[in-house]
Amino acid sequence: MNWIVLLPPLIAAVLITLVLHPYKKISVFTSILACTISLGGALALFFSSSNEGLSSFVWAAVPGLKITIGAMGDHLAVLMLLVVTGVGLLIHIFSYGYMEQDPSLSRFYAKLSLFMFSMLGIVLADNLVMMFIFWELVGLSSYLLIGFWFQKPSAAEAAKKAFIVNRIGDFGFMLGILGTWAIFGSIHFTELKEIVATSGVPAGFSSGIVALVAFGLFMGCMGKSAQVPLHVWLPDAMEGPTPVSALIHAATMVAAGVYMLCRVFFILELSVSALDVIMWIGAITSIFAALIALQQSDIKRILAYSTLSQLGYMVMAVGIGATTEAMFHLTTHAFFKALLFLAAGSVIHGLHHEQDIWKMGNLKKYMPVTFWTFLIGTAALTGFPFLSGFFSKESILFAAYHQNIVVFSIGIFTALLTAFYMTRLVVVAFFGKERTHEVHHAHESPLVMTVPLIVLAILSLFGGVIGIDHYIGEHKVAHEAGGFYFVMGLSITCFLAGTAGALFIYLKAKAEPFSLPLLRDKFYSDEIYEACLVKPQQVLAKALSWFDYWVVGGVFVRLTSISAAGAGEILRLLQGGSLQAYVVMFILGVALLCYWFLVRVAL
Amino acid sequence: MNWLTEITLNHYLALSGILFMIGMAGVMIRRSILVIYMCLELMLNAANLALVAFNRFSPAARDYDGQIMVFFIITVAAAEVAVGLALIVSLYRLRQTTNVNDLNSLKF
Repeated sequence: MNWIVLLPPLIAAVLITLVLHPYKKISVFTSILACTISLGGALALFFSSSNEGLSSFVWAAVPGLKITIGAMGDHLAVLMLLVVTGVGLLIHIFSYGYMEQDPSLSRFYAKLSLFMFSMLGIVLADNLVMMFIFWELVGLSSYLLIGFWFQKPSAAEAAKKAFIVNRIGDFGFMLGILGTWAIFGSIHFTELKEIVATSGVPAGFSSGIVALVAFGLFMGCMGKSAQVPLHVWLPDAMEGPTPVSALIHAATMVAAGVYMLCRVFFILELSVSALDVIMWIGAITSIFAALIALQQSDIKRILAYSTLSQLGYMVMAVGIGATTEAMFHLTTHAFFKALLFLAAGSVIHGLHHEQDIWKMGNLKKYMPVTFWTFLIGTAALTGFPFLSGFFSKESILFAAYHQNIVVFSIGIFTALLTAFYMTRLVVVAFFGKERTHEVHHAHESPLVMTVPLIVLAILSLFGGVIGIDHYIGEHKVAHEAGGFYFVMGLSITCFLAGTAGALFIYLKAKAEPFSLPLLRDKFYSDEIYEACLVKPQQVLAKALSWFDYWVVGGVFVRLTSISAAGAGEILRLLQGGSLQAYVVMFILGVALLCYWFLVRVAL
Repeated sequence: MNWLTEITLNHYLALSGILFMIGMAGVMIRRSILVIYMCLELMLNAANLALVAFNRFSPAARDYDGQIMVFFIITVAAAEVAVGLALIVSLYRLRQTTNVNDLNSLKF
């Protein structure tokens, strides 16, 4: 059963790359079909009563370590499978409308299928090593898709940046996996869970080591889910095609970090300090990204920072132990953020690749479907009461309220900021007057693009009430625990305040009324990276290059050759061809020998 | 004034040494390859003289080792003259000179 989910995208990717790529329509159809089969498999897993005994095989075995390629069939995995294949399918369909004109359409779909395969591999992985393999594959396909328009230098740079920054996180993840194996002697989730449940941490391992291992695993999440300070790649990843941003950099791949944290939560739980680190990094990321989003003017970048902020929420939820809430928010976020990105893609498509919101305006007149779906997505994201985002965000804030009041305050404030910047985006892009002439030529996107928007809009509307959270597990804090209405009231107030503030400021604005360079320039994080990492690294590289050139190449290689050549050059002078010079040398030599043997030795 | 009246081994050796030095100086400083060649012969004969003298003053009776050696050297020198002069003649034919300063190319 699990193979039906996992393999079709791989087969599609291979088929398209090797055989079908000259036939665009067939390639697209193959890719979408593969995704549909995966969705069918995921649905079958969802409806089957027991998912024990999913087939697996041993991939590598050495004494003490057995690596299998298998599958998990628990609710966590099945939910994630449904999100990935469901949202993925809609985005596959949408992409056909968005990318139709692109000459490399087949390549795009091959990469998209490769991504689906890797992502499903992560979700299904039943052990850490298998997860790591697919983790890296996801990194690769993300690289390929961000750099899809590799002719654009900025896209190639962004792809490289994403890959390198992810490597840092992945390295930590690998150390975490090795540490887990060293401590518990197993890498299989079910076995690990049993070991931890029955005996806890084996004797001889201090809590510091366990915290380090937990932190190592979290490093993987920091890279993939773009948590501060490894967040820098995600905004740049917006250089990729918009459906890619929707699928990979909003709905699924970046959520993989959170999914992984939920998977290994029983290990993280062993270390309170690790959980604290996770909680704080999540909280800091959420407010940090929300602040930056206030001042961006590129529609995709606003959404990217919003994604960062929401991922921060999820990570924070994991940090306070609320994995159910985190997964709940992950799911609803996948719906509405994919919706927002696709709608943004529809806007960009309609405006012929204009992304600056200050060059839009009054789009609601020209693109009604896009406008309404975008509005629904925004409402869901900002926590409009009783839409999907409201419930999931509410549950995280509620858990935070009972855990740590400072983190709760950060969360609430972030909610306020979220409402503010999303309303700003909607007001500036869709209301007011047309700011540029091009807007008059905007046109609604074709059905192939609007239908996925509508489906996602429906999911965003009702995603909060169809019992996703109950499917995954128990909420950390029961609603009866007190303060429920206080938290709800507070978050609705924040939503209203943020929305009203943005409406007040931006409804009549012709250009950005404030200029906050600190926020607009992303807290100078790229510059700080440049100064703290890139520059020293280049200085070091220059020093090493100098060492290589002068010491290794100079002293060891060139000096040796020069001394041999020089000695030859000097000795050549003695072989001048002059007979009598030879005689003189010969006689001097004999004289020296005579002196040595007759005088020195005899004495 | 013993050394004037009686001829000893040292007299022979001194003469031999002087001849050898004259020959060596000639080899070193003369430019004509033929003169160099004659100076070489002079050095050989200086050695011969020393050998004969040693033989003459040898305390052992019926000892002719030194003289036999001298004959060897004379024979070999004769052969050498034949080969050497032949070489010099052919060198002269090739280069039209016997001056060693003009004969310093390491290969033709």
